[in-house]
Amino acid sequence: MANTPVEYIQHHLQNLVLGSLPERGWTIAKTAEEAREMGFWSIHLDTLGWSIAMGVLFLWLFRKAALSATTKVPGPLQNIAEMCIEFVEGMVRDTFHGRNPLIAPLALTIFVWVFLMNSLKWIPVDFIPGLAHLFGVPYFKIVPTADPNGTFGISIGVFLLIIYYSIKVKGIGGFAKELSLTPFNHWALIPFNLFLEILGLLTKPLTLALRLFGNMYAGEVVFILIALLPFWAQWTLNLPWAIFHILVIPLQAFIFMVLTIVYLSAAHEDHH
Amino acid sequence: MNINLTLFGQTIAFAIFVWFCMKYVWPPLTQAMQERQKKIAEGLDAAGRAQQDLKLAQEKVSNTLRESREQATQIIEQANKQANAIIEDAKQQAQSEGERLIAGAKAEIEQEVNRAREELRKQVAALAILGAEKILESKVDTKAHNKLVEKLASQL
Repeated sequence: MANTPVEYIQHHLQNLVLGSLPERGWTIAKTAEEAREMGFWSIHLDTLGWSIAMGVLFLWLFRKAALSATTKVPGPLQNIAEMCIEFVEGMVRDTFHGRNPLIAPLALTIFVWVFLMNSLKWIPVDFIPGLAHLFGVPYFKIVPTADPNGTFGISIGVFLLIIYYSIKVKGIGGFAKELSLTPFNHWALIPFNLFLEILGLLTKPLTLALRLFGNMYAGEVVFILIALLPFWAQWTLNLPWAIFHILVIPLQAFIFMVLTIVYLSAAHEDHH
Repeated sequence: MNINLTLFGQTIAFAIFVWFCMKYVWPPLTQAMQERQKKIAEGLDAAGRAQQDLKLAQEKVSNTLRESREQATQIIEQANKQANAIIEDAKQQAQSEGERLIAGAKAEIEQEVNRAREELRKQVAALAILGAEKILESKVDTKAHNKLVEKLASQL
């Protein structure tokens, strides 16, 4: 797989890319150079595959709980699902002022999905890539949230919802007015306001995605570095770091969810 | 770490997951929770009402109990009074009856005594006459000395 530590780390941070090369057509990149050559019109099969798998796992579990939902004594699965729902619902009730049936399911999806994707980090870094290597897959990076495509993909979805609800609640005129006349309500300061507000607007999905990505990526790199130690010494660092992630993984999922609710709540607020 | 189409793939997957969650996961679970909440609230309500009922019933029971106890005491008292009256009556009756019987017996005894006395007197008179005859050795004329005999007899 890799001979030097640098190669090992680089190998672990490379996604499995499907794209087209000039000489070979649509194929899987065998090296990092090939992957770079494929440019924008390529797909990270591992990121997409694992995120969809986690999403399906979430929906399958919760759908199962929903199908067998009873008003009598609930089973363990229903209990967990209801705990999540109650938690998210409370969060939405506290943070989101307004009425929108989308917000709570959206927040639940984000929380559980991101949590499941993050939790893939607990799987030791060599297990699944090693297994994939046995089947002739050159690269395999299993944590979708340690790939900027994964986190930006979600935050773009949130961003589109922010734009949609801003326009829906305030109208195009109202939204434009908000962008151009706050914080300084004077015609001469419209360009300055626009610059400030649009920057603020664009910062929202950017920080949302980068915060999650940064945390997960950094954690992953540390796990890979720890994996470079001799095998009998790894647990001394690996174990504390994994235990620390019991805090980090749900926390990052929670932050992503709360910020989504806050941003959408702001999009629903009409100041005029 | 290149930005590529994965981005939009992720966005689409996200949108589909949210849609599915909103349509098929959230409503049945929240509905079940709400229904359970309602059930629990109803149960608690019913329990509260039952407790109230129980309290009322207990009050009623104790009231009835007290009333019946009072009634029972009254009845016993009345019965006692009646019994006393009956006994008193019976006593009086018995006494008067006894007195009546005693008086009758006394009257009879007196009559008997009087009769016996009369008899005795007569016999004494006869004896006296007989004695006098013996002494006088002659017949006493009963008619002539009747007065004397009578006087003698009455003195006995």
